[in-house]
Amino acid sequence: MTAENFEFTGKHRAEAERAIAKYPQGRQQSAVLALLFEAQEQNHANGHYVTEAAMRKISDMLDMPYIRVMEVASFFTQINLEPVGEFHIQLCGTTPCMLRGAEDIRAAIESKLGIHAGQTTQDRKFTLTEVECLGACCNAPMVQINDDYFEDLTPAIMTDLIDRLAKGDAVTPGPQNGRMCSEPEGGPQTLQSGPAPQVKN
Amino acid sequence: MATITVKINGEEHEVEQGMTVLQACEKAGVEVPRFCYHERLSIAGNCRMCLVEVKPGPPKPAASCALPVAPNQEIFTDTEMVHKARNGVMEFLLINHPLDCPICDQGGECDLQDQAMAYGRSGSRYDENKRAVKDKYMGPLINTIMTRCIHCTRCVRFVAEVAGVEEIGLLNRGENAEISSLEKAVDSELSANVIDLCPVGALTSKPYAFEARPWELKKTESIDVMDAVGSNIRIDTRGNEVMRVLPRLNEDVNEEWISDKSRYACDGLRRQRLDRPYVRGEDGKLKPASWPDAMTAIAKAASGLKGTEIAAISGDQACAESVYSLKKLMTALGSPNTDCRQDGAKLDSGVRAGYLFNTTIAGIEQADALLIVGANLRWEAPIINARIRKRWLHGNLKVASVGPAVQTTYDVDQLGAGPETLKELADGKHAFAEVLKNAERPMLIVGPGAVAREDGAAVLAAAKKIADMCGLIKDDWNGFNVLHTAAGRVGALDLGFTPEEGGADVAGIVADAKGGKIKLVYLLGADEMDLTAVKESGAFVVYQGHHGDAGAHAADVILPGAAYTEKNGTFVNTEGRVQLARRANFPPGEAKDDWAILRALSETLGKPLPWIDFDGLRQSMRGEFPHLARIDDAEAATWADFGAAGPMDSAPFQSPIENFYMTDPISRASETMAECTQVFVLDRQEKGTGTNG
Repeated sequence: MTAENFEFTGKHRAEAERAIAKYPQGRQQSAVLALLFEAQEQNHANGHYVTEAAMRKISDMLDMPYIRVMEVASFFTQINLEPVGEFHIQLCGTTPCMLRGAEDIRAAIESKLGIHAGQTTQDRKFTLTEVECLGACCNAPMVQINDDYFEDLTPAIMTDLIDRLAKGDAVTPGPQNGRMCSEPEGGPQTLQSGPAPQVKN
Repeated sequence: MATITVKINGEEHEVEQGMTVLQACEKAGVEVPRFCYHERLSIAGNCRMCLVEVKPGPPKPAASCALPVAPNQEIFTDTEMVHKARNGVMEFLLINHPLDCPICDQGGECDLQDQAMAYGRSGSRYDENKRAVKDKYMGPLINTIMTRCIHCTRCVRFVAEVAGVEEIGLLNRGENAEISSLEKAVDSELSANVIDLCPVGALTSKPYAFEARPWELKKTESIDVMDAVGSNIRIDTRGNEVMRVLPRLNEDVNEEWISDKSRYACDGLRRQRLDRPYVRGEDGKLKPASWPDAMTAIAKAASGLKGTEIAAISGDQACAESVYSLKKLMTALGSPNTDCRQDGAKLDSGVRAGYLFNTTIAGIEQADALLIVGANLRWEAPIINARIRKRWLHGNLKVASVGPAVQTTYDVDQLGAGPETLKELADGKHAFAEVLKNAERPMLIVGPGAVAREDGAAVLAAAKKIADMCGLIKDDWNGFNVLHTAAGRVGALDLGFTPEEGGADVAGIVADAKGGKIKLVYLLGADEMDLTAVKESGAFVVYQGHHGDAGAHAADVILPGAAYTEKNGTFVNTEGRVQLARRANFPPGEAKDDWAILRALSETLGKPLPWIDFDGLRQSMRGEFPHLARIDDAEAATWADFGAAGPMDSAPFQSPIENFYMTDPISRASETMAECTQVFVLDRQEKGTGTNG
């Protein structure tokens, strides 16, 4: 972690001020998570993590002890305390994804990139982290890469995704098996005939 | 407060509304196991050990520490559901707790150990790997073995709420949760209390590590003398050695906390001790001597001297009995030159209200405005500082200070640095005078830095003027307080150990010794004054005390006495509360009880004191000063006139304590205190941060 100074700039500054203004006088500490998130966004090009200097700045801005900021920052996996690669792959390993093959996805990523959970590739392109449920269970298994969800994965799709990201090709977030959101695979399966239930007669 | 009726295990009990179920059970004498709940800290509710069954309520156990009582509630602590719940919680707690009780310092006094015996299973069903956590650095006093931690967060809440320094936190979450101070020493004078609070062996005492087992120790209830608060302590000894000092509960004084100095200076009792008499020889060097030789040397020096040529100074840790003996001896010798105010405090022993902490420590909790004059409370009386913080956290307490700008654990309005601001206040020209006037229970604390100066009497008079003018003195309230730092000071002032008519005070004694008017100076544990001047004056110096400190270096004859753990004695704290210190071990070598030394000396000097044993001395003292017989009582003093109005010097007030960890011969001899000095005082000064930042 660096010891240099940190200042919110540009739109991040505006967003931080807006977050603080949301809370009544004396309750500014409520904005800590929003500020940590903004600080991380502002540092996106530089490893997408929150530096010690940023946390010290936030503790000053919100008039709260540094250790309290640190507690919040270390509690949430969304806040990175170490630099991550250009593409931060957050693999969901919780029960529904696990049952649908998250462990195979992890094995695919690990063999493709040669890294384990919590590690970054040498070229600083990819970081793999295993996280708890990301709330996309109906499209399990899934990963989050930076800000986007990639769902309905298979090891082959996952490897292909990594290839395209590495080359800089465009990728489409969302379900990777062609379905729309979480509709059944192969189109609607039920209520094919008869009146739609919400239509009277 | 309204009371309501609840049924606990089928029996009806009246409890106060607003209590928690756990408190209600406690009041009814029903035991509820707990780890995270502590009555002096906020409620966390994270250990789940205090589960009970409550009706009406959901059909599952409820955490009693966080559940308020309700009318007609039925509480069960002895049902199948409760047993099963406790059993389950205990099993979870033990999953990651190592089975290292045989090598754990907490063994024998561990809540987890005791409760696992009472509420746990007989064996473990857990076959997986246990987690291991890296130990943390928390300073020279707190030893950490973090694998043992059960995350009750008592330490986090203590340092945030009571100590007022938010430096410990719970990082990460779930299985990775860890207590940490981010590898910083916890910078509080009360930090070591987390060791007592820790229900397991995660935070243990570093200086006491692997020293003794609790069942080997003899426990003696006594009084601390490191400051004038008179914290109640328990001295644990093995054989003749003091192994550790722990706090003892006293709601009126220290609640259940003690300062780090009170707790850890005790290793200084083993070093630098005077264990035999010494007499300065012809060559100017101190040589070991026998008791009769030392006494004869004093008798020789005293022979032919007039009473006015003899002076006595009593030290900061002298008990009332020895001061009384010395006073009687000086009176018998005809000497008016006696003083107990080594720092030169201009306090008059005539008016008791003029030198007491009249509000009392517990009384702080009723105050609603506070003016601090020339005090650094964190260093001069950490326990009183903690009480002010407790009151401040409840809200509606305005605190202002005239004196050194120091770190505090509550918001302080810094009005000024010295007497000029005080004068403004006394003249009613300052805005804060209005705050005091409008307050219902206003308080004023005069610190040692305000009275231990040339114009001390004038400062005291100005403070008294503020007290009178702003209504600090009411029928049931006395808001005027003098803070002392010397444990023996109030007792000595009560006994009138100040100059008699025509006698000299400490400064006068030093000057007269230089001028040849005083030829014999008797120091009863006096180490905190200008002793080089006394030594160079040519007067014959006798030092009676327990450590080879400044006083002993200046002496021509050294009489080895007893330290505070080694004698029975009466101490009067800054509130005027009379408390008894009890002997926990014996003085080393040939050293003797202080009263016995003075009795023997009086015999040698041909003016025998009229008692032959300690009880006789106590009886005589209590006969003359009846309030010293009223143990544990802080008698209210009558308000009268004191101080001497006059011009005040414009020099700012300064706290006499430069280093909290070394203020007396015992703490100066302590290795642990030396380490604290390095970490908390010297390292900070080098970096230029901390109190001067």
